[in-house]
Amino acid sequence: MNVQQEAWNSTNLGVVPQALAGHDVPWVRQARQSAFARFTAQGLPTRREEEWKYTDVAVFGHRASLAPDYIPPDPPSEAALHAWALSSAGAHLMVFVNGHYDADLSALDGLPAGVRLQSLAELLDDADALLQPFFDARQEHTIFAALNTAFTTDGAVLYLAPGAVLDTPLHLLFIASGHGTAIYPRNIVVAGEGARATVIEHYLGTLEAHSFTNAITQISLANGAAIEHCKLLQEGSAAFHIAGIHAEQAAGSHFVSHSFALGGHLGRNDITANLSGPGCHCTLNGLYLLDGRQHMDHHTRIDHLAPDGVSRQYYRGVMDGESRGVFNGKLIVHAGAAGTDAHQSSGNLLLSRRAEADTKPQLEIYADDVKCTHGATVGQLDEDSLFYLRSRGMDMESARSLLIYGFANDIVARVGAPDLRARIEQLVLDRLPQGDNIKELL
Amino acid sequence: MLTIKNLHVAVDGKPILCGIDLNVRAGEVHAIMGPNGSGKSTLAQVLAGRDGYQVTAGTARYLGQDLLAMTPEQRAHAGVFLAFQYPVEIPGVSIALFLKTALNTLRKQRGLAELDAMDFLGLVREKMKRVGMDEALLSRAVNEGFSGGEKKRNEILQLTVLAPKLAILDETDSGLDIDALKLVADGVNAMRSSRRAIVLVTHYQRLLDYVVPDHVHVLSHGRIVKSGGSELARELEKLGYGWVEAESAARLVA
Repeated sequence: MNVQQEAWNSTNLGVVPQALAGHDVPWVRQARQSAFARFTAQGLPTRREEEWKYTDVAVFGHRASLAPDYIPPDPPSEAALHAWALSSAGAHLMVFVNGHYDADLSALDGLPAGVRLQSLAELLDDADALLQPFFDARQEHTIFAALNTAFTTDGAVLYLAPGAVLDTPLHLLFIASGHGTAIYPRNIVVAGEGARATVIEHYLGTLEAHSFTNAITQISLANGAAIEHCKLLQEGSAAFHIAGIHAEQAAGSHFVSHSFALGGHLGRNDITANLSGPGCHCTLNGLYLLDGRQHMDHHTRIDHLAPDGVSRQYYRGVMDGESRGVFNGKLIVHAGAAGTDAHQSSGNLLLSRRAEADTKPQLEIYADDVKCTHGATVGQLDEDSLFYLRSRGMDMESARSLLIYGFANDIVARVGAPDLRARIEQLVLDRLPQGDNIKELL
Repeated sequence: MLTIKNLHVAVDGKPILCGIDLNVRAGEVHAIMGPNGSGKSTLAQVLAGRDGYQVTAGTARYLGQDLLAMTPEQRAHAGVFLAFQYPVEIPGVSIALFLKTALNTLRKQRGLAELDAMDFLGLVREKMKRVGMDEALLSRAVNEGFSGGEKKRNEILQLTVLAPKLAILDETDSGLDIDALKLVADGVNAMRSSRRAIVLVTHYQRLLDYVVPDHVHVLSHGRIVKSGGSELARELEKLGYGWVEAESAARLVA
C-alpha cells in the first residue's frame, strides 16, 4: 500500500461515511464498500498508464479526504441562477448545490405523463432495485467510476416510459459553491422504447476555490429511443472535474452527446457508447476552449457490437496561453458488426507558442464490409485568411476571433435544441476577444 | 486619388518592383498588364497592405494620406478594396455573415447606420442576381468548395456590396469562361463612377474588351515600360509582350 492509500484509509477508516444515501440498504452499502475497496486497491492512475498519459490526477491523492463534505454552504441566489440558466422560461430545471438536490431552487412542474424525474438520494434511500444494475462493478469504465459509486451523494434519475416525449430540455445544474468541496453526482437516464428527451448536464462554479467533481452519467436507450445529451463545463478557474458518460444502446436507438468545456482548471471526460443492437446511431461532439494553464482531456470509445451501426465523432479544441487539449478517440468495430459506417475527426487550433494539442485516433476493426474514416489536424490561424478579413475592414483581433468562432461553431452548430444552441454560441462569443463586436455584426 | 512615386518593393531581399510611377484619378479605369513575374500582383498586394513585402524606396499617397503607413483595415475603412487573385476559403463563416460584417464595419466607420438582417438580405440578393450568383450560396462558407470562377464572382459581389473608392482587381479574369467573364465585366462596369477609381491588374486582354480602360500600363521586370490608351491593349494582344520589352530595351540603348 502506498502513502496515498494509507492516508485515505486512515481518514476514512476504510469504510464509507455513514451519512451517504442508501446507507441502510444492503445492496447500496455493499456496492459502495466493494467499490471503495477496488479504488484503494488500484489507486489513482499515474501518467505511466497509456490512458492517463497526458492527464495528471496526482493532485487528487494530496487531499486529506476524498469523501464529500457535509456542511451545506450558502446556496446561490435565484438572481444568480437565472443569469446562468441556459434555457428560457418553462424549461425543467433541477439544481444540485455541492452534490445535493435543492428543491427550492429547482423548477420541475409540468413534466408530461410517462416522465419520472427524481433525486438519486431519495431513490437509494427507498432501495429502488431498478438502480442496482447501474452500480454493478462491470459498469465501471475507469477507477473513478468506482470512486463515484463509493461516494455519490445525489444526482438525477430520469425514467422515460415507452413512447414518452420530453419536448423541453431537462436542465441539470450542478453548482459548486463550497471551498474545497468534493462533489460526486451520479445521473441515470432510462429511456423506454421510442422515448425522446434532451438532457443538459451543466457544471458551474461560483468561486475561485478548488472544487473536485467526479461525475458519472449512465444512459440506457431501449429500441428506437432518442436522447440528446449536452454536457457543459463552466466551473471556476481552480476546479477539477473527472467524469464518465456511458450509453448503452438497443436496436435503432439514437444517442447524441455534446461536450462543451469552457471552464475549470483540469478536466477529463471519458465518453463511451455500446451500440449493442442493429441500426444504432451514435454521435459524439466536443469543443474545448482553453487558455492560461487549463487542461482538458476527452477520451471517447464507441463499440460497434451489432450490424449497421452509424457513429460519428467530431472534436475540436482551441488552445491559447499554455493550455493543453487532449483527445483520444477509440472506435472498436467487433466481428459481427458488418455494415458499420463510422467517422471520427479531431481538429485543433493553437493560438500561442506554448499551447499544446495531443490527439490520437485509435481504430480497431474486426468486421468486414465496413466504412471507417478518421482524420486529425493541428494548426494555427491562417495568415491569408486573416489578411483577407483585414482587407475587408476588420481589425486584427476581430478577424482572429471571427476565424476562431468559425472553427468552434462547427461543433456548436451540431446542437439540436435551438435555444440551447443559441446560448452556447453566446457563451463561445463571450470567451473571444472582441466577441461583443462580432456579435453586434452577426 | 492614388499617386505612386518611384516605388521599390522587395520580397525576401529580392527586388520585385523597381521604380513604379502611377497616377490614378477618380473616375478613371487603369489596366496594368504584363507577363508573369513582372510584379503585377506584388503591386496589387502592396497597395492592399499585405505582410511580407519590404518597401525599399518611394511613396504611395491615397487621398492625400501615406497609404503604406496604414494597416490593411485602415485602408479598407478609407475605401480601398482588393479583389484577390486567389480568394481565401473561410470555413465556418458564411458569405452572408462575412459580407454583413464587412459592410457594417465600413458603415460604422463612415458614421452610417448599420444594416439589419432584412435590409442587408434585400441588398445582397439584388447584387447577387446582377453577378449571376445563386442566392443559395449565401449560407455556404466563404469560398469553401467553390470553383475558381465562383470565387472570382464572389470577389465581384463584395466589390458591388462594399462600394469602395479605389478598387484594385488582381487578375480577376483568370480562369473564367466567356459567360462568367461577361458577368464579371458587367459587375465592374456597373461600378464605374466619377467618384471611383478602378485598377485592373490583368495578364490577358480579353477583359479589357468588356471593361474598356482609360489608361493601359505595361509592367516588365518591375517597371512600367509603356503607357497608353485602350488601343495599347489590342496592340499587345497582336504583338505580344516581347514586342514591348524589345521596344523598351531599344529605348534604353538609344
